[in-house]
Amino acid sequence: MERPQDYVLRTVEERGVQFIQLWFTDVLGTAKALSITPAELENALEEGMTFDGSAIEGFSRVQESDMLAKPDPETFQILPWKEVNNPVARVFCDIVRLDGSPFEGDPRHVLRRALGKARERGFSFFAAPEMEYFYFNDADPSHPPIPLDQGSYFDLDLSSRGGEIRKRTVLALEDMGIPVERSQHEDSPSQHEIDLRYTDALTMADTIMTVRLVVKEIASRNGVHATFMPKPLSGIQGSGMHTHFSLFQGDTNAFYDPDDEHSLSDIAKGFIAGLLRHSREMAAVMNQWINSYKRLVPGFEAPMYNGWAHNNGSVVVNVPHAKKPSSTRVEFRSPDPGINPYLAFAAVLYAGLKGIEEGYELPPSVEDNLYTYTRSQLMAEGISTLPTSLSRAVDEMANSELMAEALGEHVFQWIIRNKRDEYIRYEREVTQFELNSYLPRL
Amino acid sequence: MLLVFTELLPEELSSSLDGIGVLWKQVGSTSEIEGLSPQGGWSGTFVIDTDLSAALITCASLRQQEISVGPILIGIPESELANLTRSNRLFDDFIALPARNNELAARLRAMSSRFIPDAKPQIVEYNGLVLNLATYQTSVSGRPLDMTYMEYQLLKHFMTNPGSVLSREVLLKDVWGYEYYGGARTVDVHVRRLRAKLGEEHSQLIHTVRSVGYVFSPTQWDL
Repeated sequence: MERPQDYVLRTVEERGVQFIQLWFTDVLGTAKALSITPAELENALEEGMTFDGSAIEGFSRVQESDMLAKPDPETFQILPWKEVNNPVARVFCDIVRLDGSPFEGDPRHVLRRALGKARERGFSFFAAPEMEYFYFNDADPSHPPIPLDQGSYFDLDLSSRGGEIRKRTVLALEDMGIPVERSQHEDSPSQHEIDLRYTDALTMADTIMTVRLVVKEIASRNGVHATFMPKPLSGIQGSGMHTHFSLFQGDTNAFYDPDDEHSLSDIAKGFIAGLLRHSREMAAVMNQWINSYKRLVPGFEAPMYNGWAHNNGSVVVNVPHAKKPSSTRVEFRSPDPGINPYLAFAAVLYAGLKGIEEGYELPPSVEDNLYTYTRSQLMAEGISTLPTSLSRAVDEMANSELMAEALGEHVFQWIIRNKRDEYIRYEREVTQFELNSYLPRL
Repeated sequence: MLLVFTELLPEELSSSLDGIGVLWKQVGSTSEIEGLSPQGGWSGTFVIDTDLSAALITCASLRQQEISVGPILIGIPESELANLTRSNRLFDDFIALPARNNELAARLRAMSSRFIPDAKPQIVEYNGLVLNLATYQTSVSGRPLDMTYMEYQLLKHFMTNPGSVLSREVLLKDVWGYEYYGGARTVDVHVRRLRAKLGEEHSQLIHTVRSVGYVFSPTQWDL
């Protein structure tokens, strides 16, 4: 059987590929790319491509800057939206130090490490996200974003520009071998959702990076701006990224137990309990931007409370009805589309595994709409909330042993510093709200 | 050397073959073929079976042998002729048994003239879906398909084993290798991705066989 490298080199030759983009991700989850030519490819595949890591957010300080981007040949894929006559391909990279050791600041490495831990315990980890996003006329921040339409949930508008662009996006994704479970117009005007069919967590993290890029690229080609910003417009529902997770042992779904009243195994219960117990510590990664916290307010189906239920928009974990045993899964509702998917999945896995290993007890399910509860009612029920600001979230994370372990010291420390910085800059801003409220009357 | 594949060779047929003057060797199973390597390779294969479906399964299995078995002539009872349909490369010619000597001789002669020794097909093709084993490229109706490495390996495995039902475990072992820890579910995920790439028309070439696995089946009949 041919080696993956041979397949890549031959395909580049046969298809006349002009450029190969080496894709990787910085600590904040921003997609980065290095473009190389076919002549440089063979060497890049064997040894990796050197680049200056100090230019990348979260990578390194100036003294230790040179890094190697090592392509993972199995992720080699021709990009379908480029010109057929001048094909461009991409390949995801792992970042390694010049001595070949994995770089602990590389988010892909962080996830690989977490998956290794799961594998040692006999588990493989699958994920399926529901990606919500908006289309706007443009990305000009000097005025509030202008939606393309005034549509709503599941609306079928035959002349809808947004719907048409979304359809083209889904076709491009299918062309790249990214199967889409379904897609629809979401609740807010000009808001759309693309649900991806499950796959293993590492592939899914790569896929989320790809989807964000494809959505934006096709939007741009159609003269509009797509944004994965959690809350671009006040007063209407924001964009979340509810993700369905499952653990498998070989061929069997480890979450399923036919004898349980909810069909949940002890493993599932431990996993959920782990997510609930550690959700406050994970918030700085699940909701990593100032704007993320504008989404997590009552009344917009965004989760605010640490509880689990079968179908309750106000809590952080839902267990959807599974049509068959192999589709038993846990839906984690706090992540938003601004995450670094590698770090988010690593954190979820660590929290879930901890809950399983230490046998955390699962609290009873919470089927009420908690938005209506008063503070004292919540306290009486023992229901805690998610952090209400980035600043609080970072403080929670800073005290978290779990997150230090899941992310590794380098990433952990860097995020805390970076997010505290961001918060300080935000606090110094005089906002439109303040001008509107105070300038005329004070 | 003609390979005669049958569990039971009728006396008359054995004499006919001798009478025709062809050098032949009988085997009853594919494992027996593995040890043999005749001078100049096999000039062709004569598959004899009382059941057409069984003969076709044999053909599919013979096509995947390491060493080329040459063109295949199937010998089936006259009653089975009604079930015969076009089946894409599984056999090259057929004859109803019991056969007349001169007909059998004629068909064997015609077969060997078509044979090019040791030509392992570089191109595998079904209904416009083309896989080039030398260049690793796939296309549909002339349009290139953008495959990842694993998708190509999986498709290649399917297309070079047409008609064989492949279980997830076998696919995991043969395509992914022993080092893969992901579990058999990963096979399902990749088949889905492959079907998405093949597009509506050709995704149907990969059939799911419930509780067993998958089969690449370009023909009308189901195994």
